[in-house]
Amino acid sequence: MSGTALLQAIVDGVLTGGVYALMAAGLTLMFGVMDIINIAQGVMVVLGAYLSYELSVHLGIGLVPGLLITVPLMFVLGVVLEFCFLRRLREQDRTGMSILITFAVAILIEGILSAIYGVDYVQLHASYVDKSVHVFGFYLPYIYLIGFALAGVLLSVLYWMLYRTKFGRGVRASLQNRSAADLIGVNVNRTRTISVGIGVAVTAVGGMVFGATTAFNPNSGYDLISRLLAIVILGGMGSIGGAMVAAIFLLVVNDVVAVAWSPTWAPLVFFAALVIVLSIRPQGLFGSPAVRAQ
Amino acid sequence: MKMFRRCVMVGLAAGGVAVLAACGSSSGGGASTGGKPGSPITIGTSLSLSGDFAADGQAFEKGYQLWVHDQNAKGGLLGHPIQLKVVSDASSPAQVVTNYQKLIGSDKVPLVFGPFSTLLTAPSARVASRYGYAFIEGAGGAPAVFTQGLHNVFDVSVPVKLNLVTWAQWVASLPASQRPKTAAYATVDDPFTAPQIPQAQSILTGAGVKTVYSKVFPAEATDFTPIAGQVASTHADAMVLGSVDVPTVSAFVHSFVQQHYSPKAFIATAGPDQGATFVKAVGAGNENGIFVPNGWYPGFQKADSQQMVKAYIAKYGGSASDVNADVAEAYSVGQAMAQAVAATHSLDNSKIIAYLHSPVTLDSVQGPVKFNSLGENTAGKTLTFQWQNGDLHQTIPTSTPGSKPPTYPKPPWKG
Repeated sequence: MSGTALLQAIVDGVLTGGVYALMAAGLTLMFGVMDIINIAQGVMVVLGAYLSYELSVHLGIGLVPGLLITVPLMFVLGVVLEFCFLRRLREQDRTGMSILITFAVAILIEGILSAIYGVDYVQLHASYVDKSVHVFGFYLPYIYLIGFALAGVLLSVLYWMLYRTKFGRGVRASLQNRSAADLIGVNVNRTRTISVGIGVAVTAVGGMVFGATTAFNPNSGYDLISRLLAIVILGGMGSIGGAMVAAIFLLVVNDVVAVAWSPTWAPLVFFAALVIVLSIRPQGLFGSPAVRAQ
Repeated sequence: MKMFRRCVMVGLAAGGVAVLAACGSSSGGGASTGGKPGSPITIGTSLSLSGDFAADGQAFEKGYQLWVHDQNAKGGLLGHPIQLKVVSDASSPAQVVTNYQKLIGSDKVPLVFGPFSTLLTAPSARVASRYGYAFIEGAGGAPAVFTQGLHNVFDVSVPVKLNLVTWAQWVASLPASQRPKTAAYATVDDPFTAPQIPQAQSILTGAGVKTVYSKVFPAEATDFTPIAGQVASTHADAMVLGSVDVPTVSAFVHSFVQQHYSPKAFIATAGPDQGATFVKAVGAGNENGIFVPNGWYPGFQKADSQQMVKAYIAKYGGSASDVNADVAEAYSVGQAMAQAVAATHSLDNSKIIAYLHSPVTLDSVQGPVKFNSLGENTAGKTLTFQWQNGDLHQTIPTSTPGSKPPTYPKPPWKG
């Protein structure tokens, strides 16, 4: 294997990691901050891709401008999801029950998408999707550069919102102690509803990039969820930046193994890396053990 | 998540098997004549109406239903109208076993048809074998199905191990100056694709085509960027892709376009046969020049094939290019069963099995069907198709009636 191939694999891993971080962003917010394991995350990514597809094919709206419509739509979906289902979960078994609830939601969304679009594969197209820029001997696809940039911006905004605003303090306070947060004036229900809304809304962005890099149908979301959960756990639950670092780390490992050794072993090493890191740092790369202990 | 869902399916399947075992099982292998004259006969089948094989499974269902409609118009089977009972296996090898256990053991359907894919046919054929049922199928053509020592399985399509042979022989026959100098082989780890690649590689290597890349990637892979990138870096003249679906081929095509790599010859084992769906995924224009092997296509010059295409369009709409080979494979299963039932004048599965193993040649929309001792169709011929100017054309063997000259080298990507 040449050094160039290895470098290309690293570059590919970094860029693809950005796309995965984008898809995992909403999961980070919901899983890491609110203890909701959203099994429907993969299907929601596909839903986001279909929304972009609808705007692009039938209304002629570009993929990136279309986010101005798809993100608010997905926010509304998140609010409905929280209001109708998640709010009714008891605190003591909230995490476990959220798996069942969101699995049901995943099946529901998949069924609706299947009824509307059937099972034929589609893919998002734009003039820049197949274009690439030649830098230092490497071809860097524009769509992956766009995905990486969007991931950086989006995760920065989420970080700022969560750790630099009054709303973010309310979110974290309501997780640590719901009663105490209530006593100091945090509207816990509203805070959680908005948080789930944001968590689902950012998935629209991940869905757009996913749909532009992969042919998809309503069933495609199930292939994603295990990797997205691995990224969130490795990054450290509650750590927005950790998701980005973990996504890049895991995808670089995956791509380097695929190129240097064999694609057959890449998924194994992907998850083995997760196990090794967690055995050393159970809280993940950037997680706080104190927060999780409460 | 796929693993999670399969675990649930395995649990359900295990429970189902235990219940069925407790209830006992039938061993007769179906009725001999189907009961009172005019009473309906139910044929059971498990199809992938959701999951990874959903597109193919739903096409298969259409093929089966078309045959049922046509056969009923001819009087059904032995004067009995046919009813088709379809249960979904969600593309799960565990669920498909449960489904056939239930269809045969509990529902006691007199006849069954096979599911979609080698992955699901192999385990379900074993279930049918335990009950003595004939298992005629159209999409389980890999050695994994025929090396189980079963006597009841019959595949009406061409064995998949031969799929790439005609194409590889054509490449090897090219003048040395035009022939590819190097080839890359990448294949998903699947019983459908695994037997095909070594055959092609052997022929090309024998013709002096040097292998510059040869790797297997897991079925769970979602990111093909590093594999496609490494293939592109070899600048191989020929690319042989072992694929089972559209997304895999699409991911390679888009990555090749981004890497400014366009092989002279590009063949994929499955995906390009999916008509307009494939074109939409890779982007119009990028499909041109890509080869795909198959045993049938909508323009196949055979009267019953043309009639089936017309019936499909009348029932489901669209155009001829929307009818993929899955429909013909499923329809052929029904045709083989109808001929066996008519010849034996019986619904007795043991008689049907004995008849299908006899040296008879059956007829189907895909062409002649003649089974060897393993249940493989030895009379079928693999054709290779190529996308040319937006249409899929039969091209290889070049001497076969209806073949158009292959486009070589492949036109550049449209980008």
